[in-house]
Amino acid sequence: MRNGKVDAIVIGAGHNGLICAAYLARAGKKVLVLERRHLVGGAAVTEEIVPGFKFSEFSYVVSLLRPEIIRELDLPGHGLQILPLESTVTPMLDGNYLAAWGDHDETRRELYRHSPLDADAYDEFGILMHHMAHAVKPIIGMMPPDPTSLSPRELLSLGKLGGHMRSLGARKFYALHKLMTMSSADYLDEWFETDVLKATKSASGIIGTFMGPRSPGSAYVLLHHYMGEIDGAFRAWGFQKGGTGGVSDAIAGAAKRLGAEIKLEAPVGRVIVKNGRASGVALENGDEYHADIVVSGLDPKRTFLKLVEERELPGDFVANIKRFKTRGSSGKVNLALSELPRLTCMEPENIARWKGVPIPPERYLRGAISISPTMDYVERAYDDAKHGSFSKRPYMDVVIPSMIDPEMAPPGQHVMSIFCQYAPFAIEGGWDDAKREAFGDAVIDALAVHAPNIKSAIIARQVLTPADIERITGLTEGNIFQGELALDQLFFLRPAPGYAKYRTPVDGFYQCGSGTHPGGGIMGASGRLAALTILGERS
Amino acid sequence: MLKTTPFHPRTAALMEAQQWRRWAGFLAASAYEMSHEREYHAIRNSAALFDVSPLYKYHLRGRDATRLLDRVVTRNVAKCQPCQVMYTPWCDPRGKVIDDGTLHRFGEDNYRLTSADPNLRWLHQNARGMQVEIEDASERVASLSLQGPLSRSILEHAVGRDLGALKFFRLTNATIGGVSVVISRTGYTGDLGYEVWMDASEALPVWDALVVHGKPYGITPAGMLALDIARIEAGLILLDVDYVSARKALIPGQLSSPFELALGWTVSIDKQPFNGKPALAREKADGPSWSLMGLEIDWLTLERLYEDMGLAPRVAAAASRVSVPVYDGSKQVGYATSSAWSPLLKRYIALAHLEASSATPGKELEFEITVEHRRKRATARVRKLPFYDPARKRS
Amino acid sequence: MTYDVIVVGGGLAGLTSAALLAKAGRRVVVLERRAVLGGLHSTDEVAPGVRGDAVAHDIGWIPSSVMKTLGLDERALALLRPDPSAVSLLPGGKTLTLWTDPARTASELQRHSPNDARAWRGFGERVARLAGFLQAIYEGPAPEPLASGATELLSMLGLGRKVRSLGGAGIIDLLRTLPMSVADVLDETFEHPALKGLVAASGVTRLVQGPKSGATAFLLVHHHVGAPPGAIGARLIARGGLGALANALAESARAAGAEIRTGSAVTQIVTTEDGVKGVVLAGGDEIAASTLLSTLDPRRTLHGLIDPIYIDPELSQAIGAVKYRGACAKVNLVLDRLPALSEELLRGALVVAPDMGYLERAFDAAKYGAISERPYLEARIPTLHDASLAPAGRHVMSVLVQWVPYRLRGASWDGARREALGDLVVDTLGDVLPGFRERVVARQVLTPKDLEDRYGATEGSLTHGELTLDQVLFMRPVPGLSRHATPISGLYLAGPGTHPGSSIASAARAAAAMGAAKRRPFPRPRGDRVPLTR
Repeated sequence: MRNGKVDAIVIGAGHNGLICAAYLARAGKKVLVLERRHLVGGAAVTEEIVPGFKFSEFSYVVSLLRPEIIRELDLPGHGLQILPLESTVTPMLDGNYLAAWGDHDETRRELYRHSPLDADAYDEFGILMHHMAHAVKPIIGMMPPDPTSLSPRELLSLGKLGGHMRSLGARKFYALHKLMTMSSADYLDEWFETDVLKATKSASGIIGTFMGPRSPGSAYVLLHHYMGEIDGAFRAWGFQKGGTGGVSDAIAGAAKRLGAEIKLEAPVGRVIVKNGRASGVALENGDEYHADIVVSGLDPKRTFLKLVEERELPGDFVANIKRFKTRGSSGKVNLALSELPRLTCMEPENIARWKGVPIPPERYLRGAISISPTMDYVERAYDDAKHGSFSKRPYMDVVIPSMIDPEMAPPGQHVMSIFCQYAPFAIEGGWDDAKREAFGDAVIDALAVHAPNIKSAIIARQVLTPADIERITGLTEGNIFQGELALDQLFFLRPAPGYAKYRTPVDGFYQCGSGTHPGGGIMGASGRLAALTILGERS
Repeated sequence: MLKTTPFHPRTAALMEAQQWRRWAGFLAASAYEMSHEREYHAIRNSAALFDVSPLYKYHLRGRDATRLLDRVVTRNVAKCQPCQVMYTPWCDPRGKVIDDGTLHRFGEDNYRLTSADPNLRWLHQNARGMQVEIEDASERVASLSLQGPLSRSILEHAVGRDLGALKFFRLTNATIGGVSVVISRTGYTGDLGYEVWMDASEALPVWDALVVHGKPYGITPAGMLALDIARIEAGLILLDVDYVSARKALIPGQLSSPFELALGWTVSIDKQPFNGKPALAREKADGPSWSLMGLEIDWLTLERLYEDMGLAPRVAAAASRVSVPVYDGSKQVGYATSSAWSPLLKRYIALAHLEASSATPGKELEFEITVEHRRKRATARVRKLPFYDPARKRS
Repeated sequence: MTYDVIVVGGGLAGLTSAALLAKAGRRVVVLERRAVLGGLHSTDEVAPGVRGDAVAHDIGWIPSSVMKTLGLDERALALLRPDPSAVSLLPGGKTLTLWTDPARTASELQRHSPNDARAWRGFGERVARLAGFLQAIYEGPAPEPLASGATELLSMLGLGRKVRSLGGAGIIDLLRTLPMSVADVLDETFEHPALKGLVAASGVTRLVQGPKSGATAFLLVHHHVGAPPGAIGARLIARGGLGALANALAESARAAGAEIRTGSAVTQIVTTEDGVKGVVLAGGDEIAASTLLSTLDPRRTLHGLIDPIYIDPELSQAIGAVKYRGACAKVNLVLDRLPALSEELLRGALVVAPDMGYLERAFDAAKYGAISERPYLEARIPTLHDASLAPAGRHVMSVLVQWVPYRLRGASWDGARREALGDLVVDTLGDVLPGFRERVVARQVLTPKDLEDRYGATEGSLTHGELTLDQVLFMRPVPGLSRHATPISGLYLAGPGTHPGSSIASAARAAAAMGAAKRRPFPRPRGDRVPLTR
């Protein structure tokens, strides 16, 4: 293969790169995937950082993986097995708690305990979100039209979009408009009065963004929780058996079965461009691989500012990419635990005190624990970040994968994954070891408020700041979405106007990462749509 | 974990068959015995006792209580006398039914509204700017339904006075087993029957007293399977089975107006503004495009369909809540949402939504039926509802 | 006397619409609760013998069509556009000044940042281009995105033409910029903190959001509608306070035959199912009319003055959900001497917003129901433009202070808090204007609660509802009502709470809608279509 020629080279074996490779291979292309690290997956990897304890190091839940990809690549046949994550418990500052269960009646009963009106509103909200998810679904699946183009094809595509919007009818259209433009705090204020409910829901709306729940533009991410329910991948919210790396392994397995070759520890140094055309890549060690199609699954900044010489790109394009916002805002703490945490609020006597329904610990520990006790708590976490430091009291999404997949840890012991926000990449003075540990301590301290036994249960911990995420995965500024999911960076603006359709200014060079439409999470739509674009142009 | 009703200590003790189901987040008996047959016949023969506590109940008090209710429901609440009960649906602003239930007027400004779904938020939304107190009494108030030809005799013994003066859809205060209760002459069976309302904390003495006084009259605790057959015979609709709440409908096709549910008689188009009034006025003028009607499946054709397979006809003992297509020749003209074999009428009956052009009593249509894994069609005749309407219900 | 139209509220919107309707031959009566006209834009006595801008002290723009129809010009309306537009008061007595002439501003910026000086003209042009597009929308009825009728399509087409004139890059810039935070926009363009702070203030003024909040770029653009190209921060003021503008509009209305009654508080809008019948006044008097235009804010009108059974619960819910959230308080100071700054600079808006971080932290307090410890201030000295407002030698300084929440967390507004707020403003100005504290001889403090109580502004919102992307165009005040008609036949809404979010322009739109509708019921908002089959 050395110096050999293939049809297509995919840079980066993240999930989107692998999906793109699989689709290209499926269409008969000879595909080579080049991965810098020793394993596939990018930010979707499982690593045994502590012997016997498997960490889903970065990405830890699977939510929006497109059902057509699951079907078309037969991912279950290659090991995809998603185990449901059914509940969320939010401990409150006064000792009370809020739980959401997989069962509607149980959730309603719990909500009713907090607010009878909210119990009613929750159902109606769910129906509206169903409608909204339904309205957005075709947009996620479509190639973004170019609103400035007057070509018949673009106009047709725009017209279709307009037609789709009109078909929603007035109520849904206006509701969608509000969802796209409001802050999650304000949006939820229109529905609910229970602060902890709003805090927990809005926290899910700020994951991976550099916005607070009170900032306009944060509401629409609320939708993500409802997306999986409508598109034929019911209950797709959960853990991959064996950790998130298992998703990548399944996709890699499918790609290989379809004929793609994956080369590990092969860091690409640059894309070879000749006469405005991509003709291959050169590895950091100088090895060259040639192909007429080169696809980058890396984020836009890395792709265009590091792999391609600036002179090969138009100036305004480079300017757009430079201002593409990739501010990392979250960190990750992974723990090896000798015993399960116990939430004070879920102790039987405390549940009785708050007139809740008794729940055995093994039940709520199979779900998520959200450290989002009040709206102000989440907002103050953001205040710290926007003024240049990590959150003293971060918002955290805590899950214990070994509760669902016992093989993640030695018998009787556990792994815990803590997603924490905010940890800004651009922390004042930059990240260093001391700050990393201080951040880790802040996370553990904030968790220990609600689960006092956590400190003594820790066997080992791994703290990942955005700087670490960048260093290990290559994601610029540690941004988990390869670029913020803000309204000004979505759809035909992702990553730059005129280049939202997976093409780049360099002929034969394409992009397929989540820095392109629709981006975000382990969705895979970018990888698939990129492949379809390439195949549409080159077959 | 599901909630249990205040009567659970009694109903659980009676439960032989472990046939429970969910009802509004509560554990509810489907049938106490292995078969619901005896429980059904008690409704039409003696008296059946149902725990209907899972119903949602809202108490409304205050100066604007009547105005609030009148803007919510379709019937004219101002005409409801104290101690009267009104059955009524209520609509969204498009004139599509959200829910239906009974409205109990206790006094000038004092009401109880019962419903199948939660409506607290909706009532609050409608009460903006009004002086009215809305209490969700769903769990504070327990309720029993005593239905059947001997129900009056049992209640008279239990309360120690004559109840002959308590007319259909009227209510009265009484004492049962030392507990203050409200008795309304209402029910969901289309038979002579009563519903008894009491504070949840005093529920058990009431149950016990009714059972003691009812024993000589064959009082029979009964579950939802028996009730389901009786309500179909009585032509009474059920939310989530026979129609979808306008609040939950996902597509316009799932919406129903009162006219389409044969509830046109509940729409008081001349009263003060109420939700859906303009749309309902238009629909009243134009006529609804759908109607809820009875369907009686012709037994002979049914028998023939089974005969063709070499089988004797079979029908399920329990009512069916599966939607069944209804055809006129090659064209589907509607669908039946509830169907049951009526042990009393000895007929296979159904509640069906039919396009207006097919909703003529006596019209012959076809009802899809699966015989030995194959889809067939049996002849069915359109009937006016109810199928069963004994004089004792009102007398 | 019978009237064709009752106009509720004698503020700029009420007076403008009265003038326009009277000019079109309608018999109009304007009912104003207070003794003086102008509402939030009146000139009141702020201390014994001293008059000044009661609340607002500048306006953005007046559609030229209004002036043309009424035969007025800026001079007749007592308007003038101060130059400099805005002066940032910086620590240590330094200033940074924005002039209406971009070249002059650029040369001023030269001493702060040559890069920013170079970028200034381009930025001004960009803002003007985006504002020009908004203006085109604002001069017509709120766009109806679900339009299908021929007229709608034509108007959309017209809009589309305007959009295309922006060019491809312009459209992209518009779609990209409006949802952005003003901080992101400015960080992309400029480097000098003081410049960014001063410009960012336009993106957060009267709004409970900070410069890092999404869609604050929209507000920046909104504030430049009607401004001369490149004149960032330019606003219109009135000689004699904005009350002079109100009086000029009132004169025009009276001349056209409108009757204006002050001291006439409307306590109820009488409605039946057929529509509006008239109003009941505080004294119990009734005035009949089948058409009514309310320029009070939409919540005050629909929740406060109308029997709830005439408003369907979904609309009522939507009205209840409109975000008002007053962001500022008003402090009027009487000075015995001008602040220690050149008189030329004092003629502009004096702004305390030294950098974006300052604004962001000032905003943070409001999120938790507290007053900014170091607030953002915007001050004007109307006596520099009309000395007769105060006795000789005295000056009045009008200060809008932000953020001051309407609802204080764990406290309510009382005298002590009001005075503490006054102290905070004087101290904040004292920190940037040497010797300022000693020059203050009297003051008047109006908290957001006072603004609600006195001027009827719900939650003290000077804009009758926040100007955010979810509350503008077809969403203002709520979907279905953006074209001023309501489901109640004959009832129309105007004022800044309606499209396009500015008093006089909204009045022009409402008057047009009323003329076009000719008292026929305006089409109701379309619900979901009733199914033909199921």
